[in-house]
Amino acid sequence: MSAPAMKTPVLDMRAISVTYGGRVPAVVGVDLKVRPGEIVGIIGESGSGKSTLAHSVLGLLPKAASLQGEHFDLAGTDMLSAGRGTLTALRGPAAAMIFQNPMTAFSPIHTIGRQLTELLWRDRDQATGQKRERIVAALRDVGIPDPIGKLEAYPFQLSGGMLQRVAIAAALLMKPQLLIADEPTTALDVTMEAQILHLMRTLRDTAGVAILIISHHLGVIAEICDRVAVMYAGRIVEEGTVETIFRQPGHPYTRALFACEPALIPTGARRLPVIAGEVPRPGGTGCDFAGRCLFCEERCLNCAPPWATAAADPSHHSRCHRSMS
Amino acid sequence: MAAVTATTAGETTIREPGPLQRAGITLAHVLSHPLGAIGFVLVVLIVATALFAPWIAPYSPTAISVKERLADPSLSHLLGTDQLGRDLFSRVIVGTRTAMTVALTALSVSIAIALPLGLIAGYGPRWLDAIMILVFDSVSSLPMIMLGLAVVVLLGPGVSTVILVIVLYSVPSYARLVRTQTLSLKTRDFIKAEQVMNAGTPRILFRHLLPNVIGPLVILACLDISTVITLEAGLSFLGLGVKPQIPSWGNILSDGFAVIRNSAVPVIAGGAPLILATVGFTFFGEALRDALDPKLNPERKP
Amino acid sequence: MTLFLLRRTALAAVILLIVAILLFSMMHMIPGDPTVVALGPRSTPEMREAFREMMGLDRPVLEQLSMFLGRLAQGDLGQDVWSRRPVLTMILEVLPYTVTLALASFVWAVALGVLLGCVAVVHHGKWGDWLIGLVSIAFVAVPSFVVALYSLLVFAVWLNWLPAIGAGAPGDIAAQARALILPSFAVGLGWVGYVSRLVRAAMIEAMGEDYVRTLRAYGVAETRIVYRYALKQALLAILSVIAIGFGGLLTGSVFAEIVFTRPGLGKMTYDAVMSRNYPLVMGTVLVTSGLYVTCMILADAVTAWLDPRVRSAL
Repeated sequence: MSAPAMKTPVLDMRAISVTYGGRVPAVVGVDLKVRPGEIVGIIGESGSGKSTLAHSVLGLLPKAASLQGEHFDLAGTDMLSAGRGTLTALRGPAAAMIFQNPMTAFSPIHTIGRQLTELLWRDRDQATGQKRERIVAALRDVGIPDPIGKLEAYPFQLSGGMLQRVAIAAALLMKPQLLIADEPTTALDVTMEAQILHLMRTLRDTAGVAILIISHHLGVIAEICDRVAVMYAGRIVEEGTVETIFRQPGHPYTRALFACEPALIPTGARRLPVIAGEVPRPGGTGCDFAGRCLFCEERCLNCAPPWATAAADPSHHSRCHRSMS
Repeated sequence: MAAVTATTAGETTIREPGPLQRAGITLAHVLSHPLGAIGFVLVVLIVATALFAPWIAPYSPTAISVKERLADPSLSHLLGTDQLGRDLFSRVIVGTRTAMTVALTALSVSIAIALPLGLIAGYGPRWLDAIMILVFDSVSSLPMIMLGLAVVVLLGPGVSTVILVIVLYSVPSYARLVRTQTLSLKTRDFIKAEQVMNAGTPRILFRHLLPNVIGPLVILACLDISTVITLEAGLSFLGLGVKPQIPSWGNILSDGFAVIRNSAVPVIAGGAPLILATVGFTFFGEALRDALDPKLNPERKP
Repeated sequence: MTLFLLRRTALAAVILLIVAILLFSMMHMIPGDPTVVALGPRSTPEMREAFREMMGLDRPVLEQLSMFLGRLAQGDLGQDVWSRRPVLTMILEVLPYTVTLALASFVWAVALGVLLGCVAVVHHGKWGDWLIGLVSIAFVAVPSFVVALYSLLVFAVWLNWLPAIGAGAPGDIAAQARALILPSFAVGLGWVGYVSRLVRAAMIEAMGEDYVRTLRAYGVAETRIVYRYALKQALLAILSVIAIGFGGLLTGSVFAEIVFTRPGLGKMTYDAVMSRNYPLVMGTVLVTSGLYVTCMILADAVTAWLDPRVRSAL
């Protein structure tokens, strides 16, 4: 086993489910562990529940959502019994989050400096000048030119890429054990994307931060992650190291997902590959993917496949009847 | 809410709900909201009182009885009497009719004037539109009660002056609404299609624009009823509205104010129906607007 | 920024011009001798003569208008034909009372309104929110003079806690403040409801913004988010409405001044109407309109100044 696997996980979820309005399940029985210094990716189509999962880690779910499960541990705190005060205390030092759209992630009427200072509210005894220095240092670390001048800037005066850097600088300031990134590069152009990903990797390497990155963009996942979980209809259907998942995907859904990746489609293909049908509502009998699966069999319709470990690789799991045989 | 009916020929047609049915749906929507339910009850109460006022009032609202001045409420005089011995309950009841008559007359006149003005501004040439908007803005930027006072000095008090003041107040905002609606309809495809087919301007105005514009206008007028009632009562309270002998809530308040240290009943009796009416019409209007056209809510950003 | 304000000022000037023309032409639109129309049948021949001379009534109408506007441009609002005093001087004497009353009402409206709005947001979707919504609409609907009369009845006549008439003796700050409480409450109550609804709507919108999620994700406490961020954004959003409302409060003081027998612009206008003193009425209407449009310009300027997005775009 690799070195990070030995440490106690920062995030340990077992059989976690999230339901909206008491009826609509969004996340079903998810097991997820993230260890210090590890970058874990979650991929899946829109509506697969990956964003809900990411928000549930920080207790940021809307009021209508309810979360149940066997075990949910964030940085050594039991989240299932955590009250509002505990949650607020955990957000920041235990885990922080950066969001998809950097343009709206900051208050439009407060300066960057003011907002970053706000995040340091815990260090009450620290002088304003010291906080300022820390913020400038963090901004410089994420490669923002003229960091002192940027303190007085308003969000609308910065580009999306710059703002996402500021968001990462905010994460740097908080020194969280876990950074959750919900589609961090989706709103950015390609060169910005590469730089942001590089920054996140540096953050892991220098500060040992664990990162949970949500994306539907396979390139992003392949470039940065150590481990990948594939989500479909609220469940994790396959999980393994990035090499295993990309080289030898076990689940038909993962394979279908790769087939649809624009970068991987051979040039000159006549028709764009698609996964026929739509994501079903989670919680039916049988395999959720059965209705869209090319290899669907009798047992797939009647019986939900169990979470199985590949014989060749103990870190590779999948939820498919065929992959077990 | 279209009903699907199978006809004998075996084909299905979708029947549009008729106007009555649509009104029923809207009313159900209004009543489902506590705000609308309270408002509706109050509005029905007030309108019924106004309609049947002469039959409800136990005495003549103008009959003076010197012996019974400022009598306390009793079984024979439910709300007591004022300083001239007139029965306050009867005055309040008949005052309801005065308030409603003035409000409805003034609003009808306002709509009748605002409709063509707004259509001209919206459909006519750009320069005319610009001038009209400037005039509307100037008039609505006038402090209303001040304008009312200026009109009263010149014309003298009376019902027609009150109506004129209300019309002056309402027309700019109504015409603006009609203009905005017209402008947005003008660019719609069905109007353009008519224009391309060389339909005459009157046809476009009356067949297409008018029916689409009148709905929002009525909602606005509905929301305005309480303001209009307030304006009439306010002017009457100042002695500048309807003639003192005509029973009106404002006059009752004005008479009561003069004797407020002797008896609290007249002021309370004149103010209470005014509160019920303004609150009732506002609640009902708000609920109606939410039911019919949530876009009109000024607090909601576009 | 300057260009923007200049444009707004120009518009305000045009509005005032139209108001002046309207006031002037109303006098001529009514059939009969304009002096009788303006001063009433009981005015003395001397007064009519003075008015005729002041307005230049024996000259052609257009010349009268240009004379009238020319004098207005120089800040000359004419002479009161009854007391022969300059109208502007008379107005400036009572203006401080009305402005004080409007300011006090403004304090009621903003303090209570923002408080109610915040409480409604904290109880969003629960019965507290619903109740505040209902009460707020009722506050908006109820006529201010009824509020004035009822509060006069309860606090001045029955309980005898606060004075029923006057504005307090000059120099006696405590008495002036006490005399201000009831009238300003009556004028401000409608705006309490209005402000509370606006604050509620704007804050609910602000709480749904992405940046609120960011602040939450970094462990910033909920109360801090509500009062430091959402409230600031909400106040910014409603600021222009509130500032325009200040103009409304100025005119709303007419009834309060009459009910509580306070000196002020409203009371003066009312007295002028009762004695059919059109020159004075023209003056007060023009001055209140001027204050009104000034508030509108100020509202725009303040909004532009406080909102960094608008500020840089101008």
